[in-house]
Amino acid sequence: MGSRMTTLSDATFDEHVQGADTPVLVDFWAEWCGPCKLISPVLEEIAEEQSGKIQVAKVNIDENLDVTRRYEVMSIPTLILFKEGEAVARIVGARGKAQLLQEISAYL
Amino acid sequence: MIRDVVVLGSGPAGLTAAVYSARANLHPLVVEGEPSSTSDQPGGQLMLTTEVENYPGFAQGILGPELMERFRAQALRFGAEFLTARATAVDLSHRPFGIWTSATAAAGQAAPEVEARTLIVATGARSLMLGIPGEDRLFGHGVSTCATCDGFFFRGQEIAVVGGGDSALEEALFLSRFATKVTVVHRRKELRASKIMQDRAFANDKIAFRWDTVVTEVLGDGKLRGLAVRNVTTGEEAELAVSGLFVAIGHEPNTSLFAGQLELLDNGYIKTHDGTRTSVEGVLACGDVQDDAYRQAVTAAGSGCMAAIDAERFLEAHGGP
Repeated sequence: MGSRMTTLSDATFDEHVQGADTPVLVDFWAEWCGPCKLISPVLEEIAEEQSGKIQVAKVNIDENLDVTRRYEVMSIPTLILFKEGEAVARIVGARGKAQLLQEISAYL
Repeated sequence: MIRDVVVLGSGPAGLTAAVYSARANLHPLVVEGEPSSTSDQPGGQLMLTTEVENYPGFAQGILGPELMERFRAQALRFGAEFLTARATAVDLSHRPFGIWTSATAAAGQAAPEVEARTLIVATGARSLMLGIPGEDRLFGHGVSTCATCDGFFFRGQEIAVVGGGDSALEEALFLSRFATKVTVVHRRKELRASKIMQDRAFANDKIAFRWDTVVTEVLGDGKLRGLAVRNVTTGEEAELAVSGLFVAIGHEPNTSLFAGQLELLDNGYIKTHDGTRTSVEGVLACGDVQDDAYRQAVTAAGSGCMAAIDAERFLEAHGGP
């Protein structure tokens, strides 16, 4: 099954986030983070159902320390919503789908 | 839809109850909870632990999340169904019992999501927070509820762990892999933790102890820069310069859902009698939600098994499944 989530890196982050024609929800995660794994299917669903309204992307913090530091991520999962390249909302910690959607709905 | 067995919770107790009731052909539905970064998540408290060394059968130890994945796979294998939602309300005033969940609420539905002839309550316990100024504000900016998630960010830094039990020492030992110094802040002058954990912590030269001390405020603007602490015997106040705070001061049972419907002990735990029976016939309770004495994964699993058997017997006595 193909994923609708884009994998971003230090090298591709800025171009992707600034060039997107919809808001981009970026998931900062790591392999060893249990709650990150729990929200991964939730984010897949959001990417699928909100397709065209929002894009979902992920950054592996282990491999991409520059972006992780630049946005001062100190706890994962952290989700940051970018609109026209600007970080407009930040969600720290895992959430259920309904609550996640509610927290980002104002920006969509 | 009316179910023979609905299980609320998916830690060792809930999933063992699911394995046993699924093998008894009772087609249990497990309302497993929703993702979160606290212990209140599918899989429960073990999802936030690293190595589990005292679960029998795993001679070399096993990671908490992996152990819970195996519990879940075993329940699925025998036909248990899972609903990834949080129970938001129950009606235990008549059978079948009504259960509402976060999924029901999202759909704007008034009728219960599911009805149950027997209900197995395994909602567990959640970690207590300090409830002091700065704690909420700096959550995710130095204050963490998940050492396994966030230890990485404190590489080369000094941090504090508050608490004196096994969980506190486990976090301190884990975090000592990243941090240059871990100060365990404890309100008494001796630890409640097991001997083996104490020995390991005392032998670790990155771990220091601050006895008879409570944290009164989490300091910092955008980012945690220290803790205001007070010595409870001398009254002396000081500042502890750390950039991270992990709290492991104990748990309280997740029983607010049942207030006024199930008899609770004074400390909030569900009162059980004759095995896992509660004050309402057909409602069984197992695991940490009714255990203020042992609180181990294996005791939770054991009581989950008891609850499933009690549910099966109840159904047999009331006209069969």
